[in-house]
Formats: sequence, C-alpha cells, structure tokens
Amino acid sequence: MKTPALNEMYWLVKREFWEHRGGFLWAPVITGGVFLLLNLMGVIAGEVFGAQHGIHSLFNARIHILDHALSADEAARAGMLMDMVMYSTTFIISIVLGFVVFFYCLGALYDDRRDRSLLFWKSLPLSDSATVFSKVVAGTLLAPVIAVVCGVVTGIAMLLMYVTTLSFHGVGAWHLLAYAHPFRVVANLVGTIPLYALWALPATGWLLLCSAWARSKPFLWAAVLPIAVGMMLGWFNLMGAPVMGNNWYWSDVCGRILLSVFPGSWLGAGNYQAVSSDAVHGLDALNLGTAYSVMGTPGFWIGAVAGLALLVGTIWLRRWRDDN
Amino acid sequence: MNAVVVASGLSKRYKNTAALDNASFRIEAGRIVGLIGPNGAGKTTALKAILGLTDFQGELSVLGLDPRKQRGKLMEQVCFIADVAVLPRWIRVREAVDFVANVHPRFDRRKCEAFLARTKLTPEQRVKQMSKGMIVQLHLALVMAIDARLLVLDEPTLGLDILYRKQFYQNLLEDYFDENKTIIVTTHQVEEVEHILTDLMFIRDGKIVLDADMDAVGERFAEVMVGPDKAAAARALKPLDERQVFGKSIFLFDGVERAQLEALGEIRRPAVSDLFVATMKGTYA
Repeated sequence: MKTPALNEMYWLVKREFWEHRGGFLWAPVITGGVFLLLNLMGVIAGEVFGAQHGIHSLFNARIHILDHALSADEAARAGMLMDMVMYSTTFIISIVLGFVVFFYCLGALYDDRRDRSLLFWKSLPLSDSATVFSKVVAGTLLAPVIAVVCGVVTGIAMLLMYVTTLSFHGVGAWHLLAYAHPFRVVANLVGTIPLYALWALPATGWLLLCSAWARSKPFLWAAVLPIAVGMMLGWFNLMGAPVMGNNWYWSDVCGRILLSVFPGSWLGAGNYQAVSSDAVHGLDALNLGTAYSVMGTPGFWIGAVAGLALLVGTIWLRRWRDDN
Repeated sequence: MNAVVVASGLSKRYKNTAALDNASFRIEAGRIVGLIGPNGAGKTTALKAILGLTDFQGELSVLGLDPRKQRGKLMEQVCFIADVAVLPRWIRVREAVDFVANVHPRFDRRKCEAFLARTKLTPEQRVKQMSKGMIVQLHLALVMAIDARLLVLDEPTLGLDILYRKQFYQNLLEDYFDENKTIIVTTHQVEEVEHILTDLMFIRDGKIVLDADMDAVGERFAEVMVGPDKAAAARALKPLDERQVFGKSIFLFDGVERAQLEALGEIRRPAVSDLFVATMKGTYA
C-alpha cells in the first residue's frame, strides 16, 4: 500500500465496496444462509417423517456400507460427493454473483451521473481511468472473492451439518471427511477468479460502456441493442442473404457481452459430457487445468481484447460525457 | 500579478444555442470573483470549462495548466462545490473523510474534523439522513480542509435557509480565504455575496458584459435619487435604468461624471442586484 497508485486503487475499490455492500457482501451471505436453512429444514423434515413412519431401514440399508472399510472406488465416490456439496453452495452463490455483477456494472457509471454525485467524485484528483479500473476490479475480483469465501464457508457448514445428522443415527461419518478435498476445491474456486475476470471482460466492458453512455435506462440500451442487432441478422438470414453466422452472433457476441459475467459460462458442451461420462472424475471439469483450457481458444482472447477496447471507450466517455 | 485563470475567446455551443460566445477574462490570485448572470447565460458552462468537465473552443489556462489535458494534476489544486447536495447519498461522514483523506494529497484531516466538530454531524451518519443544509456543511468541511489554490462554487447555497447561507459564507471568509487562494462563485442570491466579493463579472448570452473590481464598480456606476423637477435633466444623461420610489425617481448611471450627478440629487453606490437587473434588461424578452 506504499505506492500512491496502489493506495489510491485500494481506496477506490473500498469505496465501491462501501457503496455496494448489499450486493457484494450481503447477497452471497444471505444466499448461503438461506441455502443452509433450506437444507436444515429438509434434514429435519426427513427426521420427523422418518420417525413418524418408522422408515429407518431405508436409511440404515444405505449406511451399512460405511461399516466396513471403504474400497478405493467407494472412497473416491464419497470424496466426490462431499466435494460436490462444497461446490454446490458456491454454484448457487455464483448465480447470484452473476446478477449482482451484471447490475453493478450497469449502474457503476450511471447512478452517480443520475444523482449528480459525479460532480463530487470529479472534484477529487482521480483519473477517469483509475475510476473505471477500480470498478472492473471491484466487480470481477473483489465480488467473486467474497462469493467464493461465502460459498466455501457455507459448503463446509453443509458437510458438518450432514455428518452431524448421520452421527445422531449412530453412524460415525467423521472419518469420511478425510476423503473430501477441501483444499483442492478452494484452490479450484479461487484459482478460477482471474479466469473469470478475463472471461467477463467483454461483458464488463460493454455494460460499463452503456453505463457511462446512456442518458437514461442503461439496461434497455445494454440489452435491447445487441438483441435488436441479432434479430436484424436473423431477418437477413431468413431473407436468404448470407450475412454472417447468426448462431455465431448470438453465442459469441451477444452472449459474451451480456452473459459472461456469470461464472462458469466458459464451460462448453464438452465439459458437461465429461461430467456425465465418468462418475469418479465427474468434477474434473472444474479443475483449473480444464477451466483454463478455454484460454487456448481464440474466442477467449478476442473477447478480452474487445472488452479492453470497450473499457477504453468507457474511460473516454467518463472523461467527456457532458450531461447538459 | 499572477493570474489564476486566463481565458481568451472561449466558445461552446450546445446544438443551436451558444453557451459561451468568444468570452475572454482574467482572474488574479487572492480574489473573490462573483460570476453573475441570468439562467442559461453560460455561467455553469464557463465553470465547467475551468474545471475541465467540458470541451470548448478557445484558449484557457487555469493555474498554468490546460484543464482539458491536465485535469488530474489540476484537480489537486482546484476544488469545487457544484450545485447543492451532490454528495453521494449512501456515504457516511466517516467514509467521506477517510476517502478524501486517502486520495487527496493536500487534504488536512485534523482541519476537517475540527470543522465537523462544530456541526451536529456524527461519523456514522449517512448523507441520505441529512438535511440539505447539513450536506452542505459536510461538503464545506471536506473542501475547506483541502489546501487548494482555486475554489469554484456553483450556486453553493441554493435552497438553504438563511442561517445556513450566512454561516456558509462566514466560514469561507473566516476560516478558508486568504491571499493565496482564489474563489469564483456563481449565485442568484446576489445580496448575500456582494459584500464579500472583490470582483464582479456579469455574463449574458455567453459574453462577459461587465468585468471589474468592486472599487471600480463603485466609481463607474452611481445611483441618484432625483425629484420630479430634475427628472428630465437626469434622463438627458442617458441613465441605464429608472425606477420610482415615493414619488421620486432613482436613476442608475454608468460612467457619468460625479459633479453632474451631484447637481441632480443624492448619490449612492448601487446595489449589485440593481446593477444586475439594469444590465440584463430584456434578457428573457
């Protein structure tokens, strides 16, 4: 924090956090909490239902497998199941994160123009590039970090909750926790954040550009403009004019500039196939190696460069946009 | 003398209207300049140009810098309060002070806290919980703690009650202003600022129509109360304005010799607001 530029960036990002505490912090915390609560309610309902109808055998039959030493395959399955529980909470929170980041970017350079507090920020010796950059950092690095922390904490709480429930039934499942890979899960999730920031660039760039440009209703501009273009392309195609690939437009342009803020949207059909084909290696799609393989595609880098170009435009608009 | 602002041939058009029309002026250090003009005369545009918030044609140097190209550097030495209550509504007093303290190299935190101690503001209070007057107090505390060379105020007290308005200008004069600082202020409440101004600038249709220090204004313009018997003689001297009070006429003269006026009646220094009204006659017609 010693160099002035880093210090300035630290405070700019902190400023974003103050303003968007609700989306960045409380949204994931509450999502995680609600998810935990729903699971707890499910567990309790199961217990009550089971006690009323005397369905112990079902439970026990499945659990007897735990009495003997697990084979390597079973251990791997158990481990994967637990990893899946930990991923699942982060997955749910990631969906919320996608919405939070989408609307954060749309409002980041618009809200302060609307309420004129722009004039206060502009009275400080801050460059417009630092301001715009701080918003990118807050949206695609800070917010995902908080989401991952919340997701992992919720996931661990979920595991503990299930293991505790099992122990009430006299099943010692604590040793099973040793088969989970919490560090691998955390490393995979945290390691994906830089990938997310790069992958999301076209969307952050486009949304921030609309945010800096629109005189009103940035959402309409951001969403309607690309969709209208897509429909025009579709119409030309329908008329038989071979313009450009319509599918290409929807997935590689429209999808990227609007939906890349949703984490995991880089996973392609190939990854899903891997999930279904092999139970034990089903989560390999979430490994860093697999995730980062998307960097090998030209679309990834073209998108990132386009996103940077949009950000340059955003900085220019932020500098010169005159609302009179 | 070192000039803080030098503008020559400033022009700026918005669609069909000229907000600034070849305006030239010069503001020296250590002055308090009132930039006064009717709505839409180009005041805010002129200030925006000085602050590097808008593009324009012509030459402009603020503290020796070009506000279009060197805005970041310029804003270390220039402060502004544009409009009332533009602080972000979500921010807390503590956060605002922390933020400015950490991004502004010339901010004196102790000074700011001393100003705040004299108000009812509390550190955890959010702007959205404050009255308009309190927001301005916070903004002023932030701005006065910055050791800037130029302070620009655009309608800083609009919509505040008289207590806040008086206090605002009093704080500025007593705790902020000194010979190294320059203040440019625009306002419609001319009566409240006229005794603190050192210089007066009238702007109309994007042109500077009057630019003089207050002493020169006192010498150049004179108001004379004339009885009905001498009214015709007064009118012959081509007054700027004439109005009736208690059966007598009050004439406003520009640059007529004192001796001539003394023969007509009692001479007074005209109020800036009367001068303004006379100068801007027909603006909206």
